[in-house]
Amino acid sequence: MMVWVNGVETPAWKGETVASVLLRVPDAGRTSPVSGNPRLPYCQMGVCFECLAIVDGIASTQGCLVPLRPGMRIESQRGPRRIFR
Amino acid sequence: MDADVVVVGAGVVGAALAYGVVKQGKSVIVLDGEDSDMRAARANFGLVWVQGKGANTPAYNLLSRQSSELWPKFIQDLTNAVQMPVDYARPGGLTFCLSEVEFNNRAALIQRIDNQRGDAETEMVERARLEKMLPAVRLGSEVVGASYCRLDGHVNPLQLLAALHRGIVTLGGTIIFRNSVESITPGRNGFRVSGPKGSYSAERVIVAAGLATPSLTNPLGLKIPLRSERGQLLVTERLEPILPIPGSGLRQTADGTVMIGATKEDATDRGVTVASARKLALRATRIVPALASARLVRQWSGFRVMPLDGSPIYAESQVHPGLFAVACHSGVTLAASHAATVVSSMLAGRLAEDLPAFSNGRFDVQKCA
Repeated sequence: MMVWVNGVETPAWKGETVASVLLRVPDAGRTSPVSGNPRLPYCQMGVCFECLAIVDGIASTQGCLVPLRPGMRIESQRGPRRIFR
Repeated sequence: MDADVVVVGAGVVGAALAYGVVKQGKSVIVLDGEDSDMRAARANFGLVWVQGKGANTPAYNLLSRQSSELWPKFIQDLTNAVQMPVDYARPGGLTFCLSEVEFNNRAALIQRIDNQRGDAETEMVERARLEKMLPAVRLGSEVVGASYCRLDGHVNPLQLLAALHRGIVTLGGTIIFRNSVESITPGRNGFRVSGPKGSYSAERVIVAAGLATPSLTNPLGLKIPLRSERGQLLVTERLEPILPIPGSGLRQTADGTVMIGATKEDATDRGVTVASARKLALRATRIVPALASARLVRQWSGFRVMPLDGSPIYAESQVHPGLFAVACHSGVTLAASHAATVVSSMLAGRLAEDLPAFSNGRFDVQKCA
């Protein structure tokens, strides 16, 4: 299937999660709102919150808990959560 | 004498008083309780707040205002001494009004306080002006306006507490944690205060043990009438900066988290409830609807130390002069005055003359009548 990662059409496979895409697409991870450092998904089970991304317009989504669907729009969450976009 | 002063309680009230004692050049030993004690200072919202205080007790409004004026220098001196950061800002404060009725009631309360004081520290702000004060948020449609007090501010209360602890030690004081005081025994020259880790003698004892204070002072005839009031808070994930001015139930911290509070409950359970989460979240989203999409990361409960009429108690025992009790629900706002004027009055033996409105004698209605 194809999904969108930061506006770029990206091939993906059934069974992947948003987190697995963030791990393999360069420079797609979030940055910490505390340090600004780049972070990548870690626990893969919903407890570490390193996989936060903006999925179909909804920020602070835990990527490891979201299976991919064709056409899904994934954007990196950089810094603190924005509630006014 | 082991010290000039023993302070019972290293919460924000006891720590500010002890810090004031060492700043005046006296020696102090602070005895703190257990991690499992009620610990109001660890559940604080963080406001340094004047507006609305002391509507029924003009002296309390005055004290809050004095403390607010002392706060910037107080925190600067403290953070310089301990080299620790404490997030503090004084941009003024808002109390949101979500209907004409709320707005008018708030205006009447503020007017009553202003009349007592003879000047206006708080003003009512209509929606149009409020929108300009908070340009980054879209306010809910029910927001009619707010009361705004230019003297209000907010602080990270945990950083404050840690800084006070380090300040006490840096200036030569001693704090012994996990040492719940079991007894205070008056002697010829002072008092002996005993806990599981030891026994300490001092000329003066200040009991600032929150809800545990009456159990320590009542047996000595110093009656401190308190009740506990549970409050629950919600905390969101870190958000982009959107609220530059703290509100009385809604403030954004320096880290970006938004704190939503607080309930007023008659409960003794230390848990948190879904009912309170709903109530708090509902009010917050009526003020800023977009908060509905923010993730909540924490909910906690704490127990306010509430004197029966809401105003602080600063009392000295008449039977045992040198034994003091302090209790209030605004330990953060009053920290600056606690460290300065309240301690000065206590050490000079002038507490009853300087702060008469706060003595515990006011609760003895028979005596007053």
